[in-house]
Amino acid sequence: MLRLLQIEFIKLWNNKASRFLIVSYFVLLTFIALIAAIKFDIGPVKFHLAEQGIFNFPYIWHFNSFIAAWFKLFLAIVIVSMVANEYSNKTLKQNLIDGLSKKEFVLSKFITVVVFAGISVLFLFIVSLILGLVYSDYNEIGIIFSDLEYLFAFFIKLVGFFSFCLFLGMLVRRSAFALGFLIIWQVIEGIATGLLYWKTSNSFAETVTSFFPLNSMANLIKEPFTRLSAVKSVANQIGEELTKDYAVHWYEILIVCAWTFLFIYLSYALLKKRDL
Amino acid sequence: MEKILTINNLTKKFGHVTAVKDLSFSIEKGNVYGILGPNGSGKSTTLGIVLNVVNRTAGDFHWFDGNTTTHDALKKVGAIIERPNFYPYMTAVQNLSLVCKIKDVPREKIEEKLELVGLLERKNSTFRTYSLGMKQRLAIASALLNDPEILILDEPTNGLDPQGIHQIRQIIKKIAANGTTILLASHLLDEVEKVCSHVVILRKGRKLYSGRVDEMIASHGFFEVSAGDNEKLEAFLQQHKAFGKISQENGIITAFLSEPLDASELNRLLFEQGIALSHLSKRKESLEDMFLEVTKDQSN
Repeated sequence: MLRLLQIEFIKLWNNKASRFLIVSYFVLLTFIALIAAIKFDIGPVKFHLAEQGIFNFPYIWHFNSFIAAWFKLFLAIVIVSMVANEYSNKTLKQNLIDGLSKKEFVLSKFITVVVFAGISVLFLFIVSLILGLVYSDYNEIGIIFSDLEYLFAFFIKLVGFFSFCLFLGMLVRRSAFALGFLIIWQVIEGIATGLLYWKTSNSFAETVTSFFPLNSMANLIKEPFTRLSAVKSVANQIGEELTKDYAVHWYEILIVCAWTFLFIYLSYALLKKRDL
Repeated sequence: MEKILTINNLTKKFGHVTAVKDLSFSIEKGNVYGILGPNGSGKSTTLGIVLNVVNRTAGDFHWFDGNTTTHDALKKVGAIIERPNFYPYMTAVQNLSLVCKIKDVPREKIEEKLELVGLLERKNSTFRTYSLGMKQRLAIASALLNDPEILILDEPTNGLDPQGIHQIRQIIKKIAANGTTILLASHLLDEVEKVCSHVVILRKGRKLYSGRVDEMIASHGFFEVSAGDNEKLEAFLQQHKAFGKISQENGIITAFLSEPLDASELNRLLFEQGIALSHLSKRKESLEDMFLEVTKDQSN
């Protein structure tokens, strides 16, 4: 395990472009803290985002994991290219000749993905904890450590998304085309979702679309904005009742885990079948 | 003899094309093998299969005693296939460290092997700055990192300049002198003849010959002679029992031996007959002659 991770580390860390992207990703993740600095101070209108309750425990876990998930695109580039480059440099062939098995090759990529996701969660946890301790209105231990399932969902979401990238890199074998494919896939899901809602009942469409790979990952952490008390009170004033289920459900986790397994298994099956 | 690689009835089809057909041979420890064959005869495909990068259609193969998985066996093998493949953005040392990790060997050998192939001074340059000859030498260093039981080289001198070819040959000879088993695939016959003790000859994916080089060139050789009176010379040679086929071209008579005969002995015999030679040389058929002979019968 450690050996596979070390192999991947040597490949990634010595590549300037990947190193730059990885470092930027983690720096950006830390910069969530800067949201706290958003302040408008125009005469009588005083607005300080940090004081609107977004950093209240346990809401902060939900809010930050939703925001942090956007940055995953940085690592997506790294992951797609770390697979596709092995094909274009033909180093995959050399790795196999040197005595790495095809299973170990896929595993070394997957472990790296899991480690990336793990470190992201750790970063997010620390940054959110500090922000919360500074700005939160509630500081009881029981409240601080409630709703941590959002961090778990964040982890599953990242692993699922990165596994999808890994599979695309393996399938398409060119970084740029694989990233293009990712965007096209998003569009396809969008069109399919639109058609389903248009042609069938809402509940049926919702059930089916919750099984789409990218949509299932997006479903894990619902948008947190309408949950803010400030937004709620505005909605109430205009006569709109916001009742939404924000929780992380076990079956949503299960769907993403199933996709993750499928992507990794398909990557392995592809590699096994191919003549290099 | 200890077997290093055994191949049984190996077949590989790419769609309708059969690249390797029912191929069987084995590699024994301590010998230097050449796989000969024209382009597209299935050499690289065969090596690809045993090196775990090409899937076989039928047949099987096993490394060593057959009790290790292919990828574990490959850790005891050193191989270079066609072009050298490394991470272009990494230096020689970084690339070799990675290979050490994959092969599960300590990193101590890196300097030693770089010295062997003459790349020690450039060890901290990135791979993309290397010339083709240097890349090929780095590939050899990488293949030697684990002090392999067998070194597999596929067209190691392809595309190199004469100096590069010479360097690679010197390195191969040095390695062979250490007793390492070598499997060398090439279509350059003199290359194989110079370093190999055994050959496997392939054509269109089939095995035409496998065995020792000197047994393949098993004839007694031939004489090239000429004299002032070539007709008298030819008449004499034709009645002599030691000679088989005799031909004449450009004033030189080529006479193939059917039993051993010394050049000095022939000279003495002819002089006694009053024939003074202006040209006498005794030669052996080269591997190239034999290769063309073997592959000729199979055309169509």
